[in-house]
Amino acid sequence: MVAIKELPRDEYIELGHAACAGCGATIAIRHALKALGGNTILTVPACCMSVIQGLFPKNALHLPVLNTAFETAGAAASGIAAGLKFMGKDKDITVMAWAGDGGTYDIGIQALSGAAERQTNFIYTCYNNESYGNTGQQRSGATPYGAFSTTTPIIGKQEHRKPMARIMAEHGIPYTASISAAYPRLVFETYSKAKDIVGTRFIEVHAMCPTGWRCATWDSIKFGKLAVETGVWIMWEKEGDEWRFLGRSKRIAEGKIKRKPLMDYLKPQGRFRTLIKDPERVKEFVRGIDREWEILKNRVGC
Amino acid sequence: MSKIVSVTGNHSASWAARTAIPAVIAAYPITPQTTIVEKIAEFVENGDLKSEYVRVESEHSAMAACIGASALGLRTFTATSSHGLALMHEMLHWAGRARLPVVMPVVNRSLGPPWNIWVDHSDSMAQRDTGWIQFYASNNQEVYDTVLMLFRLCEAPKVLLPGMVALDAYILSHTFTSIEVYDHEEITDFLPSYHAGHWKLDPKDPMATGNIAGPEYYYELSYAIHEGFEAARKMIPRVEADFKKHFGRFHGGFIDTYQCDDAEVIFIAMGTMGEEAQLAVEELRNEGIRAGSARLRVFRPFPAEQIQALANKAKAFVVVDRSLSYGHLGGAVTEIRSALYRGGQTIPVQGVIAGLGGRDVSHTDIKKLIHLGFDAADKGEAKPDIFYGLKR
Repeated sequence: MVAIKELPRDEYIELGHAACAGCGATIAIRHALKALGGNTILTVPACCMSVIQGLFPKNALHLPVLNTAFETAGAAASGIAAGLKFMGKDKDITVMAWAGDGGTYDIGIQALSGAAERQTNFIYTCYNNESYGNTGQQRSGATPYGAFSTTTPIIGKQEHRKPMARIMAEHGIPYTASISAAYPRLVFETYSKAKDIVGTRFIEVHAMCPTGWRCATWDSIKFGKLAVETGVWIMWEKEGDEWRFLGRSKRIAEGKIKRKPLMDYLKPQGRFRTLIKDPERVKEFVRGIDREWEILKNRVGC
Repeated sequence: MSKIVSVTGNHSASWAARTAIPAVIAAYPITPQTTIVEKIAEFVENGDLKSEYVRVESEHSAMAACIGASALGLRTFTATSSHGLALMHEMLHWAGRARLPVVMPVVNRSLGPPWNIWVDHSDSMAQRDTGWIQFYASNNQEVYDTVLMLFRLCEAPKVLLPGMVALDAYILSHTFTSIEVYDHEEITDFLPSYHAGHWKLDPKDPMATGNIAGPEYYYELSYAIHEGFEAARKMIPRVEADFKKHFGRFHGGFIDTYQCDDAEVIFIAMGTMGEEAQLAVEELRNEGIRAGSARLRVFRPFPAEQIQALANKAKAFVVVDRSLSYGHLGGAVTEIRSALYRGGQTIPVQGVIAGLGGRDVSHTDIKKLIHLGFDAADKGEAKPDIFYGLKR
């Protein structure tokens, strides 16, 4: 694993961006772009990053950026990739779509699935802050079971989230990863690896969102790590046909460490306030997580 | 070398793409546009066309992909129809507002329900305000020629707008005629390669497009699009004149007029009905009736001055819309009345809705409608707008 001091000094998201304090997505893009470097074209659909990059005529992203409509990241990137191929620059320039969970799990899944089926040569990032964060925390397909959102305001969400990264892996694309912004060095290493792979690469980054998760901004990294340590968020990758767990998730899968108590993660977050009062619903929450672990263990073969 | 090929209206569009060589073509099939994209696929797979062809999973993605490629500063092309165009609507705005000169034939077809695959203009007329230049063609050669002219016009630095050429479903899309087509090398004097002078996605000169701009900027950006249309208005006659110089054909400019100089009643329609009207006019002229036909060829930018000039000579207009803005009237007649009001002109304008969902409008129907124009001229006022051929 790369040491912090060995990370490139280059910054492609400048100071003065408009992210909330404690934003996981911003930590993620900072380290992703350090890995990809300046020969990168970004396309960004409607999401927090539409705002984080700053207001016209300024922009905090020191890269060419095509902002595009909510459901189009996969398609806009397909056009850019095709154009670069026409120009013979597809080997030199990396195309990356940078989308939120709403733009990926929900409205953008068609364009993304189409782009993956066409083996489009690009990296698709879903930074998953588990709600429509940009518009004030409405429920998305990525919102966890039981979580409060402004469109599940009293009961909390009554459905489990989609296994988005697994859905993408099953498209047969050459690289899929599920990681967390709480581990910036892993973010850097994942993107460094993805950069050199040709074809569709899907990377989902669990992105802490103190604003939406109703937790202290200074605890952002702590909650990102707790999600992994309690087994709620699972880090893994699929390279070619090989599935493997990553980081803490690997140690949990191998039985080297135990999952931390779930309540360490749920209790301090305001969004789970209603959920934790109902033991039956907590059981259902756990059932969903255990199911995902079982499926992934099966894929990895452990 | 130029050659004569016997092709449908759809294949005329495919041949135009082959001649212009867009860098990227992204398209999704829909009846009755399908044969455009099938022919392009054939051209690409047999090596006749070196474009990157992205077989997207929807029309919405087709336009999004064209936007992505055009943002690199490349020539882009797609084609659609009806529900496909309706699905694209959001991205039509995106291409227009981002000033990306995507060129797109639209095969005019009705919208459902019920499913109906035949011609009317509801699909493209509903895209009036998306920032797209709109041409309506009346024959296969015009489809081919207009695609080439649109690339030249849309890619011009002062214009930088996307453009569509509409062609009537089946009447043109699936009807064979002979047209003259060219190799790419023969048209490069007329249509040089596209160089995006404003901005493009280039890591060597990083720039963002489309990020949030507040009320202090948005209005001016909108006005700049309007200026693009005004530049197009100035440029259209020059492009058409230059096209004629190179290839010897002229399709009428903004309005293709026939026997209008001394006409008492002028019949105005778009698409193939405008060409059918010439036959009606010819027959009426043989009977000594001074009718004329003005086929509205460009709908955006709207040729208000040309409409006013026609009204200076005529006693009445008959305007047929092959679409209906429910709760009001047809799109063209509304615009024409507005232009006349602005010009202080008061000739009667007989509004007509006809031919929806592919119902045939023949030259005998058009003759009847022109007679209504003479009635209006005599009385000094038109009847309330007519739903011609409606069975009740």
